[in-house]
Amino acid sequence: MTELSKSGAAVSEPVKASQAPSAFLEVRDLKVHFPTDDGLVKSVDGLSFTLEKGKTLGIVGESGSGKSVTSLGIMGLHTTGQYGKRKAQISGEIWLDGTELLSADPDYVRKLRGREMAMIFQDPLSALHPYYTIGQQIVEAYRVHHKVDKKVARRRAVEMLDRVGIPQPDKRIDSYPHEFSGGMRQRAMIAMSLVNNPELLIADEPTTALDVTVQAQILDLIRDLQQEFGSAVIIITHDLGVVAELSDDILVMYGGRCIERGPAEKVFYEPRHPYTWGLLGSMPRLDREQTERLIPVKGSPPSLINIPSGCAFNPRCPYADVPKDNVTRTVRPELTVVGSQHWAACHMTHEQRERIWTEEIAPKL
Amino acid sequence: MAIPAQSDGVATLTKGAAPGETLLKVTGLQKHFPIRKGLLQRQVGAVRAVDGIDFEVKSGETLGVVGESGCGKSTMGRLITRLLEPTAGKVEFEGKDITHLSVAGMRPMRRDVQMIFQDPYSSLNPRHTIGTIVSAPFKLQGVMPEGGVKKEVQRLLSVVGLNPEHYNRYPHEFSGGQRQRIGIARALALNPKMVVADEPVSALDVSIQAQVVNLLDDLQQELGLTYVIIAHDLSVVRHVSDRIAVMYLGKIVELADRESLYKAPMHPYTKALMSAVPIPDPRRRSAKSERILLKGDVPSPISPPSGCRFHTRCWKATQICTTVEPPLLELKPGQQVACHHPENFEDQAPQDTVLLTAAKEAAELVADEVLAESAATSAAVAAEVAAATEAPAAKESPAVSKEAPAVSKEAPAAAEAPAKDTPAEEQPAKE
Repeated sequence: MTELSKSGAAVSEPVKASQAPSAFLEVRDLKVHFPTDDGLVKSVDGLSFTLEKGKTLGIVGESGSGKSVTSLGIMGLHTTGQYGKRKAQISGEIWLDGTELLSADPDYVRKLRGREMAMIFQDPLSALHPYYTIGQQIVEAYRVHHKVDKKVARRRAVEMLDRVGIPQPDKRIDSYPHEFSGGMRQRAMIAMSLVNNPELLIADEPTTALDVTVQAQILDLIRDLQQEFGSAVIIITHDLGVVAELSDDILVMYGGRCIERGPAEKVFYEPRHPYTWGLLGSMPRLDREQTERLIPVKGSPPSLINIPSGCAFNPRCPYADVPKDNVTRTVRPELTVVGSQHWAACHMTHEQRERIWTEEIAPKL
Repeated sequence: MAIPAQSDGVATLTKGAAPGETLLKVTGLQKHFPIRKGLLQRQVGAVRAVDGIDFEVKSGETLGVVGESGCGKSTMGRLITRLLEPTAGKVEFEGKDITHLSVAGMRPMRRDVQMIFQDPYSSLNPRHTIGTIVSAPFKLQGVMPEGGVKKEVQRLLSVVGLNPEHYNRYPHEFSGGQRQRIGIARALALNPKMVVADEPVSALDVSIQAQVVNLLDDLQQELGLTYVIIAHDLSVVRHVSDRIAVMYLGKIVELADRESLYKAPMHPYTKALMSAVPIPDPRRRSAKSERILLKGDVPSPISPPSGCRFHTRCWKATQICTTVEPPLLELKPGQQVACHHPENFEDQAPQDTVLLTAAKEAAELVADEVLAESAATSAAVAAEVAAATEAPAAKESPAVSKEAPAVSKEAPAAAEAPAKDTPAEEQPAKE
């Protein structure tokens, strides 16, 4: 890693002293709503979490649960979007290294983007520009934030391509994205996002488009790079296997809200939300003996325009009638502490969940 | 749920094969897509998507086909349903050669072989109602089901778990999982014998995936269907299949019963593929060393590597692998493998021990324990075989390695891995 530290563009620090959190990244009550003709789409509806440097947070959920919208929200990519006439409505707080991003000047956030926080997208073919060579794109990403000449930036790009395992980086730097295979494109994307040595890396489904053998290579690479650079990583995926490989903490999203959050070990071994049980039960697993049947979650994910009242999961939950007084259909459950650093949003009492998990769910998994 | 007998032309057709009988037989199947260039559109090469595969599908079973993208598994599916015409080879369905049947000739077969497609969004016509979509097979085949088309379609919809009253709705009104169910209902309309499903669940969310997998399971039990399920997800394939074919660059490299394949894979590629699947268990993360990382990417099917196609990425490749293509042999009952140096079994080419340079590089990505373990199991199997047949080959090994009295060449691989920093690792081939 070269020591071309963050000396390039001067970053003026806006003064924001009030209640700055101690965590490296803290998201408080983030809401991202999109007004549409059919109604308000509440993609993210009150999400809070923290992340420390050197740690990995895995965000899991089905499509439409608000995973990607959250990541774009942190990167500040919503408000500037010019798609359609109406902008996203964002509220809440995002604290990155002592700075609140949502209320900050967009120019300031732009300077952070790519430099303090970077993103790896799902589909590298559409995330890379087809008209420019890989090298030009990485060099640009570097020179936006560092005042160096093209030669230095190119050397840095070759070095990054080498680091992510592209063979003959000094030659391949002049290739176009279409000349790369899927795995190599994703490596190039990772090189580009890490070229400025960001402290926060968001990987949105980084391996979904890749084959399983290439996926293994990329996951290894992300893990190694994180150890080397000590960045905070948010990995967004629907694949519990990928999350288990990489994450220290796991956040399970459903209907735009976090329904369970905790250390990876806890979420996999002592999950406390019926939806997490459902996810674990619907996955065929290679590391276990063959089970006769999978235990799917019935029904389909909710529409984000008409989120079911009460607990968003209640129409699909087999235990919706366990709590008394129909409370699951009327009151939205808040996250409650269910263990050390472990939260779940469910109306069932601790004992009820404990009993159902140990007696009914765990033996079938 | 019992299927009412279809009192139409179908019933007069030949009775379906009894369970266990060969339903589909494929021999030497090839599909080369020509690459044409220039003004005269002369053929300058070919993409060898499927390049000589043999297998059988027995009635009532599920054959799973796995492989990375570009290995030819989807092309294979389209060949056996005759959506594509093979370049060479033979496809027999119920003993009848259907390889080069014309469109009209295929039509009677079409009711017996149906397909479920990957993408439930593009495989349903957005301008047709569900009723039209599911009743299309009846119209095309000129079949009039008992009680009328509408009643039959509604019955099919309820079989796949949809509300029969949704007969008049359009595809956009349904979610991905529901659309996949519509595709399944359409495939089942004519009471087929074999269903080819190309990635039936890969476009669906995890919780929905499980619903569709269970549905396919139930339908097979109720209707006695035969499935060929093509997928890239090894855990899904294991869950649904009785036998599994692993494809690599247009070839089947291993074809085995589910149990044998997942307990003791014999082809190095199968082993690598299975070890690459992320295990949803955070406690296993430290056990990263079990993983076999393959280097590089799949070579191009336009000019596949000579000999064994996997030799460019294999950590066990020797000279013979570059020149002689290993045949698909039944090494254990119910387990066919195409490899000169299989895992968990006696080496097929024990005289060839010098690893290729590429293989040494590949072996560096494989943890020493994995190599040692593989050498040990191979040695054990080899020793068993040697003891049984008193093969003279067993005596030659001490020159190669002291760790494992192996006939196999994994022994040098194991010996090489810990000592790879020291030079002069070229073991002389023992003669």
